[in-house]
Amino acid sequence: MSEQTILTAELRQEFESLCERYPDRKAALLPILHRVQAIHGCLDRRAQQEVADFLGTSAVEVHGVVTFYPMFREKPIGKHLVSVCKNISCDLMGSDNLLAAIQRKFAVQPGETCTDPSFTLEAVQCQGACGYGPMMVVDGHYHENLDAAKAVQILEDLKA
Amino acid sequence: MSQSFQDSPKFLTERLLRDGYGGTLAEYRAAGGYEQWRRAVTSLQPAEIIDLVKDSGLRGRGGAGFPTGLKWSFMPKDSGKPHYLLVNSDESEPGTFKDRLLLEKDPHLVLEGAAISAFAIGARTIYIYVRGEYVYPRECLDRAIQEAYEAGLLGQKLFGTDWSLDIYTHPGAGAYICGEETALMESLEGKRGHPRPKPPFPAGYGAWGQPTTINNVETVANARPILEHGAGAFRSVGTKNSPGTILVGVSGHVNRPGVYELPMGVPVRTVVDQVCGGMRNGKALKAFYVGGSSTGLLPAKDADVTLDHDAVRERGVMLGTAGLIVMDEDTSIIRATRVLADFYDHETCGQCSQCRVGMEWSYQIIRRIEEGRGHPSDLKTFADLIQNFSGGKTICAFADGAAMPFKTALLHFREEWEEAIRRANPQMADSPSEEPQTAGT
Ligand SMILES: Cc1cc2nc3c(=O)[nH]c(=O)nc-3n(C[C@H](O)[C@H](O)[C@H](O)COP(=O)(O)O)c2cc1C
Ligand code: SF4
Ligand code: FES
Repeated sequence: MSEQTILTAELRQEFESLCERYPDRKAALLPILHRVQAIHGCLDRRAQQEVADFLGTSAVEVHGVVTFYPMFREKPIGKHLVSVCKNISCDLMGSDNLLAAIQRKFAVQPGETCTDPSFTLEAVQCQGACGYGPMMVVDGHYHENLDAAKAVQILEDLKA
Repeated sequence: MSQSFQDSPKFLTERLLRDGYGGTLAEYRAAGGYEQWRRAVTSLQPAEIIDLVKDSGLRGRGGAGFPTGLKWSFMPKDSGKPHYLLVNSDESEPGTFKDRLLLEKDPHLVLEGAAISAFAIGARTIYIYVRGEYVYPRECLDRAIQEAYEAGLLGQKLFGTDWSLDIYTHPGAGAYICGEETALMESLEGKRGHPRPKPPFPAGYGAWGQPTTINNVETVANARPILEHGAGAFRSVGTKNSPGTILVGVSGHVNRPGVYELPMGVPVRTVVDQVCGGMRNGKALKAFYVGGSSTGLLPAKDADVTLDHDAVRERGVMLGTAGLIVMDEDTSIIRATRVLADFYDHETCGQCSQCRVGMEWSYQIIRRIEEGRGHPSDLKTFADLIQNFSGGKTICAFADGAAMPFKTALLHFREEWEEAIRRANPQMADSPSEEPQTAGT
């Protein structure tokens, strides 16, 4: 077989124990999608189909879920994901300057990916860090009380 | 300095204010942790706990302020069905970041409170729905859950009784609407987060169609201090209709933003000037969102308002999650409103056309005005739009929540909007619209 499966035997075993937490195994969909995305880089059609088969649901249903939730993506991104909060409390503290500095320094717009360092930039809604803004999230890790210089430095440090 | 807020008990954060408290099971137990959980299972009846919580006057900390004991009493008795407690840790309301403090710094308090709450409603399974971005807070919870199982505080045959309890965390994936209780249930079931029409209400038909109660993290955390100190001690803090303390998350232009446990009924002025060390750079206060963006804003002259449900309602706004967003004199209300309109436009689930279209259209109008391209009819159109999507016409309260910052911004800062439109239309003689605005209707 040329195509390797994404859901390896090991993963399936892990996911089975997730399913046991719920009265209906379909409830394990979100935690499973998070895990598959982390391993596979994104939730492409193949990943969606495999997850659907595993849970005994349809690929259409999984697709509906993947496209509803902002944290799920169907296409691969850069090596890192950088999310700058643009919501009210961070905006009051100058998150627009932060975003502008990142855009200028790395020649990248929200929604785009740059190469060195390799990251995908996004401007996101409130992350629950409102008292510590402006802030950004790099690969799930919160960086708070930032200014433009600090943010740029953190991203510089991502260079391989 | 006023003594009232400093001397008030810290029901939830007393341990956190101690140097070196790390929130491990050993530390939590050394501070009396899980004793109330043991007491509940071994010597209290669920109905006694519900009565105690009713007597305490505790109201939900997730936004709506619904009386918690009353909510619990809606759960059927002896239904023979599985009951569920869903702890709402979606925390995505702009300006709200207080649940995270408990999840990260004292996860066992959340677990003990949730366990007591579950016992009161006859639930043997708890799902803690944690917003997807809270990777670290969820790790803290998961670690604490593991510790609690290993210590025999969770699982089967607890404390030598027949009671059992399982707790699981469940991740969201970035959708604000999943904090709405029925959307949360859909999301938990592995679906798109579309709010369900009510009725049926969750106590009768909730997650997987079973009796379910949804409570905020801070709400359930309060179960421990209420059992420990009694309803009277809880009531001795706060106001008659809003007893207890509340975690106030302050963000924006103050010197010391952060989360503070304060007695309900503390004046906003005290929070800004004393708790948070005053306004940054000596600027003057212009306005503040009272309790998260969806509660609406008030101008500086209303800073004498106290943070309790009745007092803020009298001013036409809501207490919400007590996420106080402070804005100084240099803040553009139009810009702030546009930032929020962008948020609501992004987060509407799209089921109701008034909401879906209303959010997008609102954003377009505000954006146009902000960019100096406002049309003389824009304020009237905006007000009509708000009228159209608010007032309980939609499946869930999202649209009414979005209406609050819009309405209050128009009401309290009318001149700022009119000025922007006048600048865009120099040929205009008078005020762009005569329609008076009312808030909180
Ligand atoms: C759009 C919307 C978003 C909400 N988000 C949250 C949330 O993130 N956390 C929360 O606890 N409650 C949230 N709520 C309120 C919940 O629907 C529910 O009232 C609350 O979790 C009940 O808990 P409580 O009684 O302990 O306050 C939201 C409501 C709406 C309409
Ligand atoms: S009011 Fe808005 S968010 Fe709520 S169900 Fe309707 S469309 Fe969805
Ligand atoms: S507004 Fe940026 S974290 Fe809340």
